[in-house]
Amino acid sequence: MNPKGLLVDVTRCIGCGACTEACQEANGLPKTKEPPQLLSSKNYCALEEHGGRYVRRLCMHCVEPACASACPVAALHKTPEGPVAYDWDRCMGCRYCMIACTFGVPTYEWDSPRPRVRKCILCADRVKAGRPTACSEACPAEATVFGEREALLAEAHRRIAAEPARYENAVFGETEVGGTSVLFLADVPMAQLGFPARLHQGPLPQLTHEVLSKIPGVILVGGVFLYGMYWLTGRKNELAAGSAGEEEGAP
Amino acid sequence: MTLPVRLTFWKGVLAALLLFGTYSVYVRIFHGLGAATNLSDRFPWGLWIGFDVLCGVGLAAGGFTVCALVYLFNLERFQPLARPAVLTAFLGYLLVGTAICLDIGLPWRIWHPLWFWNPSSVMFEVGWCVTLYLAVLALEFSPVVFERLRVRWAVKAMHAMSIPLVIAGVILSTLHQSSLGSFYLITPTKLHPLWYSPLLPALFFISAVGIGFAMVIVESSLSKRAFGKALEIALLSAAAKAMVVVLGIYGLLRLWDMHYRGAFVGVDALSREALYFYLEMLLLVGVPVALFASRVLRRRPVWLFAGSLSAVLGFVLNRLNVSITGMEWSAGAAYTPTWMEWSVTLMFTAAGFAVFALAVKYLPVFEASRREPSRAAACDRAA
Repeated sequence: MNPKGLLVDVTRCIGCGACTEACQEANGLPKTKEPPQLLSSKNYCALEEHGGRYVRRLCMHCVEPACASACPVAALHKTPEGPVAYDWDRCMGCRYCMIACTFGVPTYEWDSPRPRVRKCILCADRVKAGRPTACSEACPAEATVFGEREALLAEAHRRIAAEPARYENAVFGETEVGGTSVLFLADVPMAQLGFPARLHQGPLPQLTHEVLSKIPGVILVGGVFLYGMYWLTGRKNELAAGSAGEEEGAP
Repeated sequence: MTLPVRLTFWKGVLAALLLFGTYSVYVRIFHGLGAATNLSDRFPWGLWIGFDVLCGVGLAAGGFTVCALVYLFNLERFQPLARPAVLTAFLGYLLVGTAICLDIGLPWRIWHPLWFWNPSSVMFEVGWCVTLYLAVLALEFSPVVFERLRVRWAVKAMHAMSIPLVIAGVILSTLHQSSLGSFYLITPTKLHPLWYSPLLPALFFISAVGIGFAMVIVESSLSKRAFGKALEIALLSAAAKAMVVVLGIYGLLRLWDMHYRGAFVGVDALSREALYFYLEMLLLVGVPVALFASRVLRRRPVWLFAGSLSAVLGFVLNRLNVSITGMEWSAGAAYTPTWMEWSVTLMFTAAGFAVFALAVKYLPVFEASRREPSRAAACDRAA
């Protein structure tokens, strides 16, 4: 299966808010008069304005998501179709996903006694059924298009090659944090459009994996070393005390 | 005699903290985290993680370091440190467990990591380690209670298990003490460069080892003031000497790592973060190492107490810098705990003090029992 994704072309976006409205509709969220400007537990898609440019903010659906790797109960997980989905029945609410996400995407229902993590799940059910996301379907300007990530990447590079003057020569999300399923094209660097200026190049889960993978070794070597020290130092004390060969220490 | 007055005062403080703390817990449980805390989507981990969990676990580290010294490295002279250290650890972890239950959104699902696995998560590993270590600590401290109740067979049974238990405890502690640092490995661009380092797990582990000794010294000093029960000065002085080595290594490793990574490049030397960094290094490394390097000073109760207290405060500042100062830097939002967050944290801290004091008063904590010598010591006495 080829994972799906979105290509957002900032130069095409007219800021109409059809995507945010469709998102609210599809997710049963309260409607707002104006497109929301901030992600929150009631908005999984926001529309920011940066000097006349409109920029959608939504979950980037990383190829190797930090949130899913950080989640102790695998409530957040990358589905084979591409979306990073969420299973509330597993979630215990530690919010490590929010710490781990470098884009600041997951939000929390702070005012609920039974809170949930909230974020765009790339319309996982629709995508699984072979349909596009609600936002891409609603976009009248083809600023957000849905498709296979590979095909979207090729399309993005085709657009840059066809109109090099129109675009910054980079597809945002191609390599950032090891790649994302939501890709951006714009005429300026994305750091000027509200995205983090510093981003790790390479998958974030790798950083913890390097340490966690050493655990079995620590247990084995540590156990042997500690027992060895116990035996050695005990033996040393015994000899020093000159006690007559009485092996009480080792079981 | 001022003692009864002081006790009444502290009892009053304790009662007030319990009252406010309980109210805050009520608000937290029935009205949600948003009603009780200043946490937000931009700043999801606050005082309860930064202090209650990161500091709570760290300050309890004496439990495993002292046990390793006494029971595994057979340094019998440190035997009297073992009980206060294990008791601190047990209480510390109990409080950490309670704090985590309040901090997570769905406390009744605290057991989920034990059932729904994700081995790639540091949080998953910490959940397992802390659960197992709590069990180990309870077993390690149980002889004190059994002795008091005069259940001889249980004391004997615990003896037979003691070495495997201690080894398990040391390994579990090594893993999760370092893992608290590993939490932040996944935030290379969110945590301020003064604190982010691939060595975070090692740095968290080493500083925890050092602070375990400082806690025992502080506790012994306080217990002497309150109950006249304390450890020998020569012993505390030896612990202080160990702090010089461990915290010295910590300081050098930290500075070398920062130099190597160019962490100082581009950091304004008078920025808020830099000032917190200087203060942290001064309290955690500078003051205790300078004081305890002197053989004369580390034999004086006043300086022993001052140096250890400085280290403890520096340690707390370090954990808060990682979890709050360093993360605020990228969050684009300031975080100040609400009075309810403070009241819960203070309530837990006070409860820890109170239970520790009760244990010192009624259980043989600050005295090596003649009935329960370490196994190695038993060899000597039998001979």
